[in-house]
Amino acid sequence: MAKSTQMGMNRTGAQMAPENVKQMQQDASQLMQLQDTQVQVGSEFDAIEMRLKEIAETDRVGSVPLPGTVKGAVKAGMQKMMGRNAEVFIDKLGERLAYERTGVRLYEALIVKCRGAAQEGRFNVSIDQLLHIHDEEARHFKLLTEAMTKLGADPTAMTPCADVVGVQSIGILQVLTDPRTSIPQCLNAMLTVELADNAAWELLIQLAQDMGQDDLAEQFEGALAAEEEHLAIVKQMLQDAVQAEAG
Amino acid sequence: MTLNLFDSKGTPVAKQRFSWRELTPKPISKLDDDAFTRVRVILMNGVESDAVRLQYAMQRFNRELRLPIAEIMRAEHHQQTMINWLLSPDHSPLEITIGYEQVAIEVTSSVAQNEPDPYLAQVYRFGLLEDFDHLYRYAALMDRLEGKDANNILQGYTDIIPGRPTSIQHRHPEDDLRDPYGPDSDPLSKIHAALITAAEYQTHEYYMHYGPWFADPVARQLYAEIASVEAQHVTQYSSLINPDDDGLTQLLMHEAMEVYTYWSCMEQEDNPRIKAIWERFFDYELGHFHTVAELYKKTLRKDPQALFPKAFDRRIEFKSHRDFVAQVLQEEVHLRARGPRFIEDKDAEGERTIEYRETLNADGIPSDAASAGYQWYPGTELARKVVNL
Repeated sequence: MAKSTQMGMNRTGAQMAPENVKQMQQDASQLMQLQDTQVQVGSEFDAIEMRLKEIAETDRVGSVPLPGTVKGAVKAGMQKMMGRNAEVFIDKLGERLAYERTGVRLYEALIVKCRGAAQEGRFNVSIDQLLHIHDEEARHFKLLTEAMTKLGADPTAMTPCADVVGVQSIGILQVLTDPRTSIPQCLNAMLTVELADNAAWELLIQLAQDMGQDDLAEQFEGALAAEEEHLAIVKQMLQDAVQAEAG
Repeated sequence: MTLNLFDSKGTPVAKQRFSWRELTPKPISKLDDDAFTRVRVILMNGVESDAVRLQYAMQRFNRELRLPIAEIMRAEHHQQTMINWLLSPDHSPLEITIGYEQVAIEVTSSVAQNEPDPYLAQVYRFGLLEDFDHLYRYAALMDRLEGKDANNILQGYTDIIPGRPTSIQHRHPEDDLRDPYGPDSDPLSKIHAALITAAEYQTHEYYMHYGPWFADPVARQLYAEIASVEAQHVTQYSSLINPDDDGLTQLLMHEAMEVYTYWSCMEQEDNPRIKAIWERFFDYELGHFHTVAELYKKTLRKDPQALFPKAFDRRIEFKSHRDFVAQVLQEEVHLRARGPRFIEDKDAEGERTIEYRETLNADGIPSDAASAGYQWYPGTELARKVVNL
């Protein structure tokens, strides 16, 4: 089995260029004293001030869409939430929907990676287990689509929280789709996904109960149970893969 | 409303000033602003980047004009900064790409319909169907790679269906060069050529910049493939500009195009904060136009007003051109290019193009792989697939 982690000519550390780094340190202490560079004025708090100003004056990323139809606004599910901030619940449903939908694609990327590695005999991750998780993520996406439709919300809209988790997911996606990343590196990224997903479903169940949506809360309990299993599987796969590499 | 370039002198170049804060305004909302606000932001960034590009080149070739051009160019650079910084950071590179293709489709459609010269209109329709196909390929990639719906960006204005397949758009340069407009062509024709060249140039640069950012091999290849077609489009559209026109004449026309485009933007913008930017820059561009008009008069001893005998009464229409695109698709998707002409017989392409295309496509075609069997569905193709789960 070829190792994906190995010793080599990594040039990033200071110890790889001791003479140059020594000179850099000298320069940093001497040339920094030149009056004209002005670097001694102020501190890192200057940038913090700039950030605070922007935070105080900013707009939000966007809004939760209004129900597309009058019918949507008067749906029984929506009625139950009268007096509460229903948009918070809709926003979080939209977030989870986007997360699960992207999750399906992330598992597809991971399965492709594992198939590639299996062909080369490098790692022996259970593709069947990954397919099982993939299918459940798709079911959760469907569940959330139905939940939003039932409440009269538009499941095809990108809510603000959906937008923000999209930004969050970019790094994960880059890890999963890079042909150079190893199975353990990909599983590590998926562990982040599953840990966050578990906590998010717990929150969604709580929110559904608070909003008087007990039937939805019950269905979400089922999704959480599945996610707990996903987390356990990914954690175990990662552990096995890293230990196998460590020998 | 009409536009007469000589009605107002605009803001003098010396008064076109900014602070860093102004240059980095609050961005638009990806979710709440109308898609055409983003279309205008992307378009104007392209227009300004092309102004800077042309002026940099001119500065290299004109000793006497270096300072006045450098002064205008600095303002254009800062205008570009303010405009490009309007794009909010929650736009992923792929989402911006979808926005770029929407610009290409909707703006080129408007131009094709306004264009007074039938041959030039044909050129725009030809290019339009190619960008239309790029949107479909990128939308498929976005759906299948990121699990996102391109329509969150397009907002229902632009269809996601194949056009002239990207795989057959690859042509030898001799089949990308078109016949240029002449000195007596309609000024609107000249403005259109400068405008679409600018838009395509920035698209090419964006894909060249972001292609290597992607980790996914299919995405990397797709950006490489479509960037190559955008390079062809730059060749095509820039070849419409009369190569016998000297630099100052071309620069004057470019400034006129910038005034015209800001005018079109400010007339249709519904976000008041952004509208104020278009209005401000409309005045800035009039300032540039009149400065260049003076240089033109002084250097070439010609009357700049003779180039613009009448007011412009047709603006860029920032709206969905769905019906127009569908009609062009039905009637012209089969067209191919042979030299500067378009031919009906798709088997009559030139040998050099066929060889060029076969070479590029020899090891597989990314645009086909990225979108094989793809059909857009609201909420992504998974929304359709999960129904039976």
